[in-house]
Amino acid sequence: MTLLEQFQLWLGSIWPGWAAYIVPAIVGIVVVLGFVLTMVIVFIWYERRLLGRFQVRLGPNRLGPEGIFQPIATAVKILLKEDIVPAKSDKVIHWLAPVIVFVPVLMIFAVVPFGERAILTDLNVGVVYVVAISSISAVGIYMAGWASNNKYALISALRAVAQMVSYELPVVLAILGVVLMSGSLSMTQIVASQKIPFLLLQPLGFVIFFLGTVAEMNRSPFDLLEADSEIVAGYHIEYSGMKFAMFYLGEYGHALAYSCIIATLFLSGWQGPLLPPIIWLVIKVMAVFFVIVWMRSTLPRLRVDQLMAFAWKGLLPMAIINLFIVAAEVLWLSEITPWLMVAVNFVFAGVLVLLWSKLFTLGGGRVEV
Amino acid sequence: MTKALNGEEVAKKITKKFPGSIAAADKAAVVVTRKSLYQVAEFLKNTPKLDFDYLTNLTAVDYTDYFEVVYHLISLKHNHSVVLKARCYDRDKPAVPSVVSLWRAADFQEREAYDLMGIIFEGHPNLKRLLLWEGFVGHPLRRDYL
Amino acid sequence: MLDIRCGGIISEMAIRTEPFILNIGPQHPSTHGVFRMRVTLDGEVVVDVEPVIGYLHRGIEKLGETRTYTQIIPLTDRLDYVASMTNNFAYVLAVEKLASIEVPERAEYLRIIMAEMMRIANHLMAIGFFLNDLGAMMTPVLYMWREREKLLDLFEMVCGQRLTYNYMRIGGVSHDIPEEFLPALKRFVAEMPGFIDEYDRLLSQNEVLLARTKGVGILPKDTAINTAASGPVLRASDVKWDIRRADPYSIYDRFDFEIPVGTVGDCYDRYWVRMQEMRQSVRILEQAIAQLPEGEACAKVPQLLRPPVGEVYGHIEAPKGELGFHLVSDNSIAPYRFHIRAPTLINMTALKDMAIGWKVADLIIIFGSIDVCLGEIDR
Repeated sequence: MTLLEQFQLWLGSIWPGWAAYIVPAIVGIVVVLGFVLTMVIVFIWYERRLLGRFQVRLGPNRLGPEGIFQPIATAVKILLKEDIVPAKSDKVIHWLAPVIVFVPVLMIFAVVPFGERAILTDLNVGVVYVVAISSISAVGIYMAGWASNNKYALISALRAVAQMVSYELPVVLAILGVVLMSGSLSMTQIVASQKIPFLLLQPLGFVIFFLGTVAEMNRSPFDLLEADSEIVAGYHIEYSGMKFAMFYLGEYGHALAYSCIIATLFLSGWQGPLLPPIIWLVIKVMAVFFVIVWMRSTLPRLRVDQLMAFAWKGLLPMAIINLFIVAAEVLWLSEITPWLMVAVNFVFAGVLVLLWSKLFTLGGGRVEV
Repeated sequence: MTKALNGEEVAKKITKKFPGSIAAADKAAVVVTRKSLYQVAEFLKNTPKLDFDYLTNLTAVDYTDYFEVVYHLISLKHNHSVVLKARCYDRDKPAVPSVVSLWRAADFQEREAYDLMGIIFEGHPNLKRLLLWEGFVGHPLRRDYL
Repeated sequence: MLDIRCGGIISEMAIRTEPFILNIGPQHPSTHGVFRMRVTLDGEVVVDVEPVIGYLHRGIEKLGETRTYTQIIPLTDRLDYVASMTNNFAYVLAVEKLASIEVPERAEYLRIIMAEMMRIANHLMAIGFFLNDLGAMMTPVLYMWREREKLLDLFEMVCGQRLTYNYMRIGGVSHDIPEEFLPALKRFVAEMPGFIDEYDRLLSQNEVLLARTKGVGILPKDTAINTAASGPVLRASDVKWDIRRADPYSIYDRFDFEIPVGTVGDCYDRYWVRMQEMRQSVRILEQAIAQLPEGEACAKVPQLLRPPVGEVYGHIEAPKGELGFHLVSDNSIAPYRFHIRAPTLINMTALKDMAIGWKVADLIIIFGSIDVCLGEIDR
């Protein structure tokens, strides 16, 4: 019984049925969206300051103490810009694409647990919902690339489809490992079953999931969709003004959504001593995002065929093997103390990663023309 | 130290192989006739003791009576250099055989000489203007341009 | 054309594809200036590359014919504007060869100090932006910029300028160095090897860098010599040819330094050669500072120099390759013909060989590894 359902029940005793259903829903949505948008603003600030620090410089520090008003200034600047639509582009699709990229990101937050009973809707297929919704953005990106009537955007759109489709598989298989261990697809159940965080119980699954979601987010080192140095902003090359703001917020929204999912599935969500659950969730999300920004600032980007090779020849086999190992453990080892599973899993993870790094070649090469 | 070969001695070697191809020779440079430029260049490149495999520089100079195309050649193996020149006396359509098939380094430099001086390099696969835009009329680096 | 036989049997299914032409246009974050490439792509694979240049053509060669020999020196600054000192150096060397002018010892040492500092600054920028093209988000650039800023501050101390120095003169240099220069330079030289080690640790064994650059854009040895590549591009292809060693100019024969040579000629080798050259430049700087004599900073040269009739080709090892000046003099105050042998224009001849068969992303980094500067290509 989530907090929202309790609120609905209480209201139902006072108000007519339809109002008792709609009003708490709207309140819930507003609260969640408020959280999301605030955190996106915080993320923008956090990333820019962190990137500055990684790059031997201060980040933005002029507007407000430590530059906390910088994202607001950025948002205002983007909103005031002229909305340019290329003449020969497909106007309807050009307008629709940012919507399709941005809205699924917001929809993911419907199943993120912010506390013990604080979740917008406790779907008993929460994980499936997340996986399904997150793959809609790929369609939006392809629409943006196609409708811009620009060769650079087209190259980026084709790469986008390839990348996002191929990274879905390892991600889903890694989630399946978590689902096996917790025995349920519902997000609240997964959090509740993490006495020891799944990070320790399934290190390999965590690594696969983490790398897969960084690729889904189009972040360095997998950001060849918007590779500044090659295809000059890729799929959003012809967007400006509010539509570009949707892409920009969508990118950080994606980062926030996936960080929340990682924190929920692998880092035991909102659980933690002393502090209120929402604070713990924010701490974990910020920690995950720190690692993501760290990767962005340090690593150069992969080429598209190397990216695909990494997904299909690197992550996918390891994800399948991980699934078998987890299934075997749940079958035989779950009665014994879970710390044994931790040790076994770490050994397996270490061995597999070493083996793969020796056998794996990042494909591609010169093509005879 | 890169030994700058004496032009007169190189001219002697060239005359032995291709008599009548030398127009002038002094200590600094060898001047060959237009028609024999390609054979002399090939000779300089492929002869064992000479081995000029590196074309450092290809320029054109406009002395008002004639155009002079200057080739600076170096041999990396023997570390010696020579200066080869060819003159064309035609003012309207100066033409010189192209050495692109011997040294690909001449590719862009010959296009530039064509663009700015108007010298046509016969046998160049892609003799288009390099630095100026396609519809440009005239050859700016000539002495009588401005 | 889909040719499906009726009855449901698919007999011939050939999807027609065609290559398309992409303009990696004059305005692009990674073309190191206004440079255009007309690339024919088959999917992501590069089938043909045609460089189109001339967007920065200012007619420097024509301008040189109406300026005195000293007035041309600021023009040479603007050729390879990233490394102006070596441009000046090549030009004044050519003029001194033509007019047989002796340069005082102190001026020679000062010139070499400036040239080697310039080499380090140029390679820092080249490596930094090579990694930026790879996608490393400005991080290596900003680390290397830290050192480059120190170098630019030193240059400002000497001649007041950070980018286009106009420092060398025919017969020497324009000013002698101030007192605070040598201690600051000694401090820089002492800490630079540590910084180069830092870059090495950060970059040279990076998995993604190795995967992206090893074996990519190979320039075979014969092609390199045939297309007259020079500088790090030539040396990465296993040709040990450095003008400072092969045809020493100024007083380079007094210094002890090595010439790093690559093995295969791929992008990684070009990057590696530049890293090692920075170390060797620091070595030369240490020796030059130790041997710096007292004396004059410039020889007495007439204001309006009239070299004897003749021509000269003077070349040096600039950071980007062999920079040469071909001067023809007719005993007047301005040269009769002023030609610039631009290293990067000629290095670019091999771009097609190196890039065909690779993908768009590789084309960008192959081009970045040649390290061009449009000022000198277009002149």
